[in-house]
Amino acid sequence: MIEVNVNFKRKDFILDVNLIANERVNALFGPSGSGKSTLLSIIAGIIKPSHGRISIEGECLFDSGLGINIPIYRRRVGLVFQEGRLFPHLTVENNLLYGVNLASIQNQHVSVNQVLELLEIGHLLKKPPHHLSGGEKQRVALGRALLSSPRLLMLDEPLASLDDRLKGQILPFLKRVAEEISIPMIYISHSMDEVQQITENIIMIENGKI
Amino acid sequence: MAWILAKKSFFGKSLIDGLVHLPLVLPPVVPGFLLLLVLGRQGFIGNFIYKHFHMSIAFTWIGAVLASAVMAFPLMVRSARLAISQVDHKLELAAASLGANPIKVFFTITLPLSFPGVLTGLVLAFSRSLGEFGATITFVGNIENVTRTLPLAIYTYTQVPGGDASAMRLVVLSLLLALGALMLSDRLERVAYKKLGNVND
Repeated sequence: MIEVNVNFKRKDFILDVNLIANERVNALFGPSGSGKSTLLSIIAGIIKPSHGRISIEGECLFDSGLGINIPIYRRRVGLVFQEGRLFPHLTVENNLLYGVNLASIQNQHVSVNQVLELLEIGHLLKKPPHHLSGGEKQRVALGRALLSSPRLLMLDEPLASLDDRLKGQILPFLKRVAEEISIPMIYISHSMDEVQQITENIIMIENGKI
Repeated sequence: MAWILAKKSFFGKSLIDGLVHLPLVLPPVVPGFLLLLVLGRQGFIGNFIYKHFHMSIAFTWIGAVLASAVMAFPLMVRSARLAISQVDHKLELAAASLGANPIKVFFTITLPLSFPGVLTGLVLAFSRSLGEFGATITFVGNIENVTRTLPLAIYTYTQVPGGDASAMRLVVLSLLLALGALMLSDRLERVAYKKLGNVND
């Protein structure tokens, strides 16, 4: 269960969200500028909300009342971004393994081989990221996030930078991850079509409100 | 130091920034003289060190190294700082979201990605040290076999009748040294860029 109850103000924008998601896979849907990415940054620990509380599976990540604010590197929130953000100086293999050694063993639910098989990226291991296609980059980014043993996986418009043909190729992988790996997931997108293919649990956000 | 100046903002930052860069702007004799005042045997730090460790810094090779370091430091900090601030912060956030603490992020992401800039800083600092004259001669003097650096030696030979040949030998040596260092850094930079995926020729 994901519980988010936060308030965040910036000059011309107010985010006021009260959200309880009971399902494992959820989609956050809303037009651009609605506050989707801000909400993601707040849950991930990149932005600190003015006040509120965030908890995942009963574990508190942020509570302004109790003064709890777990830093981003201990939140275990896996992120996949629009642009992949693979580390350019590391091979695909070392990108994938970056988070593995940092996670404690009891949190590791997916093995490297499982991820390689699921995302079909085993043949790319020795390549540098700039030799990959856009779709391959996103698969590696997804694998890297999965292998960091997150308690929550958040995908921020992971298909937005790909053309329609590639989108069609990646979607099945996303569905597979959503179905086969038991990590809670929030899928963020402004495309209803995309969202509907992943899950039926759709949370709408507009003007900073759910 | 470069990381602090690139990433952090705090009270008094511009003062620290200014202090770090002072040797770059001042005539080299001034930092040399200041070093002598502070670290010379009569200076308050120099006196302390002499009393407790029976060691002098002024007029020794350690002082020569220190003078060069003080003069070269701003150049190193400047280029490293620029390189560090140009590293995509999004990559650092991505690393943090994978569980890397700030120290780990610095050593595995920020530093490798700013390596070409840090290298440029090293070359600049090296060339500054190689040519260091004013601060050295003021702080540690020009003592044969102790604090006579390459430029000091060349200068000394040109002041002595018949020293031209010796001076010439040292000039050739410094040419080779400088050229070698530049070629090495160019080579390293190329390798670093290639690794990052943007080859500049």
